Amino acid sequence: MTPYVLKVEDLSVTFALHHSEVRAVREMNFNLRAGETLAVVGESGSGKSQAFLSIMGLLSRNGRATGRAMMGETNLLGLEPARLDKIRGKDIAMIFQDPMTSLNPSLKIRTQLSEVLVKHRGFERDKADRTSVEMLERVGIPEPAKRANAYPHELSGGMRQRVMIAMALLCQPKILIADEPTTALDVTVQAQMLELFKTLTDDFGTSLVLITHDLGVVAGIADRMMVMYAGRAVEKGTVDELFYDPRHPYTLGLLTSTPHVEERARRLNPITGSPPNIEHLPSGCSFHPRCAFRFEQCFAQRPELREVAPGREKACHFEEKLAFEENAA
Amino acid sequence: MSGQGELMRIDNLSKSFALRTGLFSRPLELKALQDISFSIQRGETLGIVGESGCGKSTLGRCILQLLKPDEGRVLWLGTDLAALPDEEMRQRRKDLQIIFQDPQASLNPRMTVGEIVADPLRTLMPELSAAQRQIRVQEIMEAVGLQPEMVNRYPHEFSGGQAQRIGIARALITEPKLIVCDEPVSALDVSIQAQILNLLSELKDQFGLTLIFISHNLSVVRHVSDRILVLYLGRMVELSTGDQLYEDAKHPYTKALLTAVPIPDPRRARLRNIDALSGEIPSPINPPSGCTFRTRCRYAKPICAEVRPPLETLADGRLVACHRWAEIDNLPGMESAVAVQASP
Repeated sequence: MTPYVLKVEDLSVTFALHHSEVRAVREMNFNLRAGETLAVVGESGSGKSQAFLSIMGLLSRNGRATGRAMMGETNLLGLEPARLDKIRGKDIAMIFQDPMTSLNPSLKIRTQLSEVLVKHRGFERDKADRTSVEMLERVGIPEPAKRANAYPHELSGGMRQRVMIAMALLCQPKILIADEPTTALDVTVQAQMLELFKTLTDDFGTSLVLITHDLGVVAGIADRMMVMYAGRAVEKGTVDELFYDPRHPYTLGLLTSTPHVEERARRLNPITGSPPNIEHLPSGCSFHPRCAFRFEQCFAQRPELREVAPGREKACHFEEKLAFEENAA
Repeated sequence: MSGQGELMRIDNLSKSFALRTGLFSRPLELKALQDISFSIQRGETLGIVGESGCGKSTLGRCILQLLKPDEGRVLWLGTDLAALPDEEMRQRRKDLQIIFQDPQASLNPRMTVGEIVADPLRTLMPELSAAQRQIRVQEIMEAVGLQPEMVNRYPHEFSGGQAQRIGIARALITEPKLIVCDEPVSALDVSIQAQILNLLSELKDQFGLTLIFISHNLSVVRHVSDRILVLYLGRMVELSTGDQLYEDAKHPYTKALLTAVPIPDPRRARLRNIDALSGEIPSPINPPSGCTFRTRCRYAKPICAEVRPPLETLADGRLVACHRWAEIDNLPGMESAVAVQASP
């Protein structure tokens, strides 16, 4: 079995508000293997972004992370800034939905890329420039030498996202975290981007964490998948296991809510209600108010995440097979 | 499609915007829509798809006369809407409503839900008394799945899905015949999106509505539409029924668009050979000559740069604008995008 590049244990993220605290992520555990693509799926407010921002040390000032995120012998959580700076951008990199806000608008692309190599790998300026242009070519930017001299606003959204990917890959990180990287892009550009991710993870052996709400994107690219709801992981397994044999009612609901392009189903089977306010979570299982399979236990007792088959975990009291609509099969 | 005849006809519609680039420079012309012609049948759902900048929202706004087309006409049951005197156009507005993408941004934060939903009645049907208005608000709120007791609450107290229900109630209250839905579910979470899509289809049946459904999401459009219009850089590329389009698209752009749609099914997704369209959409300020798609089209030939392909009507009634669609159709290995997905 391939080794783990990241082991996350008991990760919780809390935000201090004026008179209260909000727990955005609760007791999350997962491992990331070398070279695999892990999809983290959930709706807004599920904690999927905050979990990984905390691992990157990028929480807003009122946020606090507890637990462990081990890269080898190093716990990324609570690492002093100087040491974190050495790792971040080099061994672990993150890209975001909106590339415009992640790039410095007043610096040329070339400058922003080279800086990474000068800082992390001690390259001379010339060599850093050359390597940067090569990387721009790798990520499919036409006329890379010319584009390197452009400012971010001179590039299209798809090109900017490519620049972000190029920047993230400059140091050949072990882990790339991509937070909704294609959500802002048109569908043809999204397809280009997903192909690029596949090629690059194969070529560099990078482990990819793909944070998304789009099950279509997940199906095409991920190996394993973790579904989050109200700050907790509720189901984990391979992509095939979760798509064809979901064990958690929320996973099932996401699947039956998603329209497929190749079929005109008469009705979707949505999940009723809306995601809970994380400041006031329901008792017992957070999902119970929206769950079609709930019974008394679900109101009173929170189900722990436990292994139900080798490599598969779920947090649900319901033991029988979920009645599965034909939509996703 | 209930097929009770034509409700609306769009005739050679074009719309440009002037872009000011500097104080002394000549404004640039952005051609948002060019030569758009199609009809909308009573009771159908017409989907309009395309990528950003293709003109789909502009088209929706031109249809409702929220934007004035530069050329061409929008005929409502044979009457040119632009030629109507203001007072008559106001009467027509009862029949023509719109639902917007961002449900929170499209609701006035200082008005209560009851006021928001009743607002179109106040302006378009002033003859109704306050009591009559109140009754209709109650009825319509129930129809969209909101509790009538919520009338005195403010928009910020609602989640995105509920806010969109308020927007739908506001559109429905004048008992319109046609509603333009402009990306109505794009800002919503997946589970909520499905609720709203189901609601729209129920309301369509219940109120006998005709819908124009604008979206960049082809899976969603496929789910709701009877016929689908594909736009690229402000021009019509293909118009056909949903089944025709998804099973056997004719235009190379439509084919490419379909293969790019992510399929939420891992086995099929793996089988699929994604042949991503290269490049990006050119600027609508300076669109390519001839066929606007030719810069990204693998089948482009010299003629495509010289002559703009006319919109042809095929034997099965669909419309296609491509010089080479028939040739491409006969190329070996050019089964439609979905044929590959259909194999197990």
